[in-house]
Amino acid sequence: MADIAVHEPVSDGHAQGGHTTSTGLSNNKMAMWLFLGSECLLFGGLISTYMLYRGRHPADAGPDQIFDIPFTSMSSFVLLMSSLTMVLAVSAAAQKDDRRTNLWLTVTALLGATFVGGQVYEFTAFYREGVGFTSSLFSSSFFTLTGFHGVHVTVGIIMLMALVGVNKRGRIPGDKAEVVELVGLYWHFVDVVWIIIFTLVYLIPT
Amino acid sequence: MSTTAEHVDHADGHDGHEAHGAHEPHVHEHKPDSYYVKVAIILAAITALETSTYWIDFGPFFLPALLTLMAIKFVMVASLFMHLKGDSKIFSYLFYTGLILAILVYMAFLATFRFFSPT
Repeated sequence: MADIAVHEPVSDGHAQGGHTTSTGLSNNKMAMWLFLGSECLLFGGLISTYMLYRGRHPADAGPDQIFDIPFTSMSSFVLLMSSLTMVLAVSAAAQKDDRRTNLWLTVTALLGATFVGGQVYEFTAFYREGVGFTSSLFSSSFFTLTGFHGVHVTVGIIMLMALVGVNKRGRIPGDKAEVVELVGLYWHFVDVVWIIIFTLVYLIPT
Repeated sequence: MSTTAEHVDHADGHDGHEAHGAHEPHVHEHKPDSYYVKVAIILAAITALETSTYWIDFGPFFLPALLTLMAIKFVMVASLFMHLKGDSKIFSYLFYTGLILAILVYMAFLATFRFFSPT
């Protein structure tokens, strides 16, 4: 059943949030995209440093020896599915369905937590195999890159849970759908960064 | 469950005529949930294909295939889940400028360190 809701055009110079902007677009959304563009440079630096140093390790403690590809593939799948649940939350928020919005935001946070849990397990396993942060240039650049990504996912989980809490109290200021969309943009960015890390770091051998 | 909501944002509010001349009205369309599920299934299938390279030898196609699949996944998530497709072009410019700048800067960085030189 296709229930179609068409939102009225935004009036002169007014963005979705209701405030006047010179572009007619939301300043918050513009700022988020600008932030995400700058994040590309941050992760670009970390990825290229890893690429440079990935061959600098002892013979028995390189990526080909320690990576567990089936396990990381499952983690990647979990994070990918969290992008689906996030976009469903954004869709529900656009339809002003608070119950489904909170549900999908919570599921997204749980999937994100599963991914971070997997990363903690992976780090612990590497450490037990003798690959610590300062063991080699490879390990330092690997832990820095994936650790930074893990911190981004953790921040995303905190944002999601805070959003659920604030939404339940009905205290989201301004356009609720836009706030959910902004958190969604951050979450999807974290996912696209992992898409690159998974291929360049895990799947392409040294 | 299959509900379609459509935001039609006119930057100028004069039936599509541009007030500021620098931007065009854009359509931000929320597709039905089933659409996003289909996209996720395709993304999952591509991930499975990527992972299969760990067990199956693709010979000389290994690296180009992996990079192509990675790029397809990236663009799909950015365009369809992040709604860059159908949203204002300014957002695409902001994001892809950062991305392209990062690629160029770090390719130059790696070239400086002779990363691409045969050993």
